Amino acid sequence: MTAILIRNGHLVDPAAGVDAKKDILLKNGRVAEIAGPGKGKQANGAQGEEWTVLDASGLIVAPGLVDMHVHLREPGQSYKETIATGTAAAAAGGFTAVAAMPNTNPVNDSPETTRWMQTPERGAAVRVFPIAAATRGSKGEALNDYAALKAAGAVAVTDDGLPILKDNVMREALAAAARAGLSVIQHAEDTRLTNGGCMNLGPTSFKLGLRGMPPEAESSLVERDIRLVADLRDSRAHLHVAHISTAAALAAVRQARRNGLRVTCEVTPHHFLLTEEHVGKYNTHAKMNPPLRSAADRDAMIEGILDGVVDAIATDHAPHAAHEKQVEFERAPNGMTGLETALGLCLRWLHQEWKLPLGRVLSLLSAQPAALLNLKGRGTLAVGSFADVVVFDPKAEWVFRARDSKSKSRNTPFDGWTMQGKVRWTISEGRIAYASE
Amino acid sequence: MLRFWTLEAGPWTLNMNAAVAPARRPIQTPPIPDSPFPYHPGSLLSVDDLALDEVSRILERATALDREDPLQRARILAKRRVALLFYESSTRTRTSFELAAKSLGADTTLISSLSSSIEKGESLKDTGLTIKALGAETIILRHNSSGAPWLLEEATRLPILNAGDGMHEHPTQALLDLRTILAHFDPQSRSCHPELSKNRHPERSRSAAQNGEVEGSAFPIVHVTADTLAGVTVTIVGDIQHSRVARSNMRLLPRLGGRVVLCGPPQLLPEIATQTGPGVSIERDFEAALRQSTVVMMLRIQAERLAGLQLDLDEYQAGYQLTGERLREFAPRALVLHPGPIIRGLELTAGVADGPQSAIVEQVRHGVAIRMAVVERALGAIPQKDRL
Repeated sequence: MTAILIRNGHLVDPAAGVDAKKDILLKNGRVAEIAGPGKGKQANGAQGEEWTVLDASGLIVAPGLVDMHVHLREPGQSYKETIATGTAAAAAGGFTAVAAMPNTNPVNDSPETTRWMQTPERGAAVRVFPIAAATRGSKGEALNDYAALKAAGAVAVTDDGLPILKDNVMREALAAAARAGLSVIQHAEDTRLTNGGCMNLGPTSFKLGLRGMPPEAESSLVERDIRLVADLRDSRAHLHVAHISTAAALAAVRQARRNGLRVTCEVTPHHFLLTEEHVGKYNTHAKMNPPLRSAADRDAMIEGILDGVVDAIATDHAPHAAHEKQVEFERAPNGMTGLETALGLCLRWLHQEWKLPLGRVLSLLSAQPAALLNLKGRGTLAVGSFADVVVFDPKAEWVFRARDSKSKSRNTPFDGWTMQGKVRWTISEGRIAYASE
Repeated sequence: MLRFWTLEAGPWTLNMNAAVAPARRPIQTPPIPDSPFPYHPGSLLSVDDLALDEVSRILERATALDREDPLQRARILAKRRVALLFYESSTRTRTSFELAAKSLGADTTLISSLSSSIEKGESLKDTGLTIKALGAETIILRHNSSGAPWLLEEATRLPILNAGDGMHEHPTQALLDLRTILAHFDPQSRSCHPELSKNRHPERSRSAAQNGEVEGSAFPIVHVTADTLAGVTVTIVGDIQHSRVARSNMRLLPRLGGRVVLCGPPQLLPEIATQTGPGVSIERDFEAALRQSTVVMMLRIQAERLAGLQLDLDEYQAGYQLTGERLREFAPRALVLHPGPIIRGLELTAGVADGPQSAIVEQVRHGVAIRMAVVERALGAIPQKDRL
């Protein structure tokens, strides 16, 4: 196996508390050694081994990013994305692990599909961790066998996009997942309140003549789920709120945490950067679920990230074919791609503009999501962990062009946006998965 | 955009109630990009796209074209190609656009969703490209989805005339409502006189002009400014939530200095409606609203857009039906408008619809004049270079 020596880079590994110039040696898919700058020696390897030396002078070396919320569209919708193209986009964005949502066709509610997604034939550039459906067919009725799904490689359960509305089903899902050692991820949307809505309910939706989705549809379900977790009285029960987007829902999570409950949440870059105003003149690339919210909600997301109540940044990468988005706004599917813009936007806005320390930005993108999904040996570059590394130039400013994307789809409102920080290399388990030129 | 909030004490803490007042600092957030629409200067997608001098120009041309000799008028757009693409049924708008285009000499063709490949699943984009390839120079679009005209303009880059998109806008309706209001408007008393229409009938004025009488007496106001409608209160009553007519009027009339009062029950008129822009307020009490009104615009309950909303019609009529008694008692001088189709006995009584204060039929006639001006504008304006 090829070994890699990354020399003279600045290692930022928040989980290990490292923020210094270091050399780092990767061997057999693992981190073999961390040494002082210029001290990493090829000689430490056995004779005859093949070595790659990467010069990371002036670059940041960090644990590979972990995206706990992506849609890879396989099986069933390979015209939008495949595991191969989605993970290629992930690698280009600095991600070495992505958690794939189960709303595929068929729904990933079985150990067979969960295993199928992880087979080498899928051609994944980085590691794919399936998140399995919480209920059979994501219909919100009968629970799946969580232990069997976990054994097949599932890292959490969810009915993403089709929230579990019934109290008793959600209660049982939380209890069963707790026993299996998995978290339940809820796309919090009371669909009884959002029926027919295609953007946030507010003055903008009224002006545009579009039916709105009230913010309460999110917060009321988050509050319901938190009550269920509290009533369960099982310290292993873990509720994770996917792509949280409203101030009220975030306040509920904050309160739950103060009460000692295991309730966590993720925020997407578009929900901490954009508002409903970015829908503009019916731009379907700005249509997603949850929808872009008010400026006050967006500000609450930024505040939550800065003060630490937000546990992770996830992209909700949701590719759709061009023809599916070039339709009337209310008929367009929800979602946008996000794997190649997350790091550049986080560095540009969270770090540079809003002064969140680099280590905390990277932690939100790697160590924390890895911990939430219980991915052992990822999200850190401590010796012995997986050789999942991103090397990027923190000073490079560049403009993202959707047409250059590695994803099969181009549906992003961030086309033409200035990014900060350019990925130089992405290394997945000791193999170079992406190198920029 | 500049915002302020407090920064919490330090990383990883959830210290929301810090004893020390936290420092405030400005927070810069990403700007909202400028809209590239309209791509074509002849398009009329929203009343927002029209500067006041363009509104004046349309009113002026409407009057001039209305008075023009029909044979002369038919040369203006002789053999130009105008397509009407209708995804929803329509009597007034479709016919008046068609008559307007034809009276300027244009060839028109109608594509309706029920007798075309739209039924087979052809998308709006492809339908637009097909119509363009067939030689259409402008497309008049009526669509049940809000925003459809923007999609069609982006796809075809033709001048697009919005003939009503979902619950969003109906710009030519607002312009013809404005023309109707101005026809009855007395700038001295700052009020509308329903009876003025009798003296200002366009047909009569044409014959008057032909008889050598002073021209221009029919519509003294064609040049509008930011205070043309100062002192005028237009009350829009009924199903505001689902009304594109209301939205276009709410945007246009306040820009001319008019006050728009919205009136209706909360299910049909959400509080956020007033945040659409300045000059718009809500008065839920119909009789109090009528007392303030220079113009009363009644709307139809749009059963096709209620989407499961339950509405007690008896209760609605008790609260909001415009009856002869209400009109006599609370707004005996107000001009009564309705974009049509009217449902007699629901939002207004037959007596009011046919009564002396009603200008409902007259509105339809103004529609043809306005649409002639708008179609002429669409085909007369020179396309700008693609701004992509």
